[in-house]
Amino acid sequence: MNLLIESVRSALASIRAHRLRSFLTSLGIVIGVASVITVISLIQGLSKSVSDQFTGLGGNGLTVQPHFEFKEAMRGKINYLRFEDVDQLRTRVEEIRDLSPVFSPGFSEVRFTGTSAVAQVFATSASYQNVNQRYAQQGRFISDSDNAGARRVAVIGEKLIEDLHLPPNPVGQFILYANEWFKVVGVMEKRGEVFGMSQDNYMIIPFKTGQSIIGNNTRPQLRITVAVRDLALLDETRSRIRTVIRQAHRLKADERDDFEIESADQVAKTFDKISSTVTLVMGGVVGIALLVGGIGIMNIMLVSVKERTREIGICKAIGARSRDILLQFLIEAVTLSLLGGLLGLAIGYGLGMAIAAMIPDFPPAVVPWWAVALSVLFSGSVGVVFGVVPASQAARLDPIEALRYE
Amino acid sequence: MGDQTVHALQGVDLDIARNEMVAFIGASGSGKSTMMNIVGCLDKPSTGAYWLNGREVAAMSGDELALVRNQEIGFIFQSFHLLPRASALDNVAQPLIYRGIKLRERLALAADALERVGLGTRMHHRPNELSGGQRQRVAIARALVGKPSILLADEPTGNLDSSTSLEIMALIKEVHAGGQTVVIVTHEPDIAEQCQRIVRLRDGRVMSDTRVLPAAEASA
Repeated sequence: MNLLIESVRSALASIRAHRLRSFLTSLGIVIGVASVITVISLIQGLSKSVSDQFTGLGGNGLTVQPHFEFKEAMRGKINYLRFEDVDQLRTRVEEIRDLSPVFSPGFSEVRFTGTSAVAQVFATSASYQNVNQRYAQQGRFISDSDNAGARRVAVIGEKLIEDLHLPPNPVGQFILYANEWFKVVGVMEKRGEVFGMSQDNYMIIPFKTGQSIIGNNTRPQLRITVAVRDLALLDETRSRIRTVIRQAHRLKADERDDFEIESADQVAKTFDKISSTVTLVMGGVVGIALLVGGIGIMNIMLVSVKERTREIGICKAIGARSRDILLQFLIEAVTLSLLGGLLGLAIGYGLGMAIAAMIPDFPPAVVPWWAVALSVLFSGSVGVVFGVVPASQAARLDPIEALRYE
Repeated sequence: MGDQTVHALQGVDLDIARNEMVAFIGASGSGKSTMMNIVGCLDKPSTGAYWLNGREVAAMSGDELALVRNQEIGFIFQSFHLLPRASALDNVAQPLIYRGIKLRERLALAADALERVGLGTRMHHRPNELSGGQRQRVAIARALVGKPSILLADEPTGNLDSSTSLEIMALIKEVHAGGQTVVIVTHEPDIAEQCQRIVRLRDGRVMSDTRVLPAAEASA
């Protein structure tokens, strides 16, 4: 233990004595670790923000939507969900707490006194707010009677107030959509941004109002969002929904589903997959960088052993055993590469923060603890692996020869 | 050396008693360096035996020899052989590291040793900030700090001017007077004559082994 401390002390002294050389020696490690930490911190920041936002976007639900192959769509075969599917699900799947059909009427321009804006417009039922756990913060949500009467009323997202120059409390104002006047009855809670795109530039109208806008000749592309009674039973609920809709669509056993069931966290999962792939690729890159860095360290350590041959001889003459010398040089190599790793960590974190700050609306960089642990561990083991050869060369020196070395 | 085997030393049979002050003298090639390496446990005789304090050194492994050097031998070299980046104090404390002595105790022992050689005021200087004589004093302090059985000096004044040589020899004699066994390897008769016993080497053999009376007794 005593000897270990001594070796660290002597390693630090020798690194201090050759500051520039030590820095250049560990530069390979510095750059390798810094680049990896930069990329990982950015990806992790992104992935954290994505999963945070998706949990915010009602992670306890399922969405049923039509599914068709692109090839089939080109041939004009487009699958739809039917309104009856909604009733089927409501009555036959008891795991469902609530559900709401949603479709987009297709127009997106909204006007208010000469100002126009693009909005995501969708028609849905009063149950929407329960299903998605998003509520009106001002005014009210659309009601069942709005729906029954196909009233021209709308609940809007916060961003639209800004985009249309509506007064801060827009309830009671009229906005023009698809050549009809809609009365604003409520404003929804803020959802925030994903990748810098506002999620609040939307407008919700009653389901039947939406139907009357598109007319009877157009079939709406219906989606059904489902709130599950018990999240632990998500998979059971999913397969139950599948069975019910297959039956409703009269699909034969060998026919594929013409619909798909997605859970809200699927996007986040997909992103996780992408980010872990990128992390893995970066792992390969860092492997190469550390290899190169390690060879740099070995090279300089070999030079250093040569240079200090006489010192090694002196130490041996006054009683250093081979293993003392081995330990001293090994620790010097490890210290060099560890310092390089720590420097790389700091630089990488700084770069990640700087880049995240420079890109507008990019989430802040996050360095996960495992990345810190891994980079320290890796740079340390690089020191061991590439320090062994020079250190054992130093340890094997014959004291008489070494003392005579000029 | 080609294929021919050279015997640096042959047929040497010597006993050195505790607290003797012995000089090995000879021209270059006489085998005195080999003598020093063997006495200093840096090397082992290819045949024969070397008993140091009742232990046979020739049979020891490298690490065992290192331990013996650390505990039994104090080296003084012609070119001082100090660690260039370490202060005088750290240089003197260095051998104690290998004994596993704790830092504070090490530095205290090293400071004592430096006081003994008259360098109490220059402990934190590096070798390149010291004169030749001062460097050799640091080396003597380093040799003595571990309380070795033998103080082994290889041309201790070889790189020093004559007045500094006298100082260093005086210091070595003082150490000897304190009870230390001293072995000096030299080619200078002046130095050898200051010892109690002179062993002349030539071509690897002992030519003569003479005892001189201590200077104090001789003058009386």
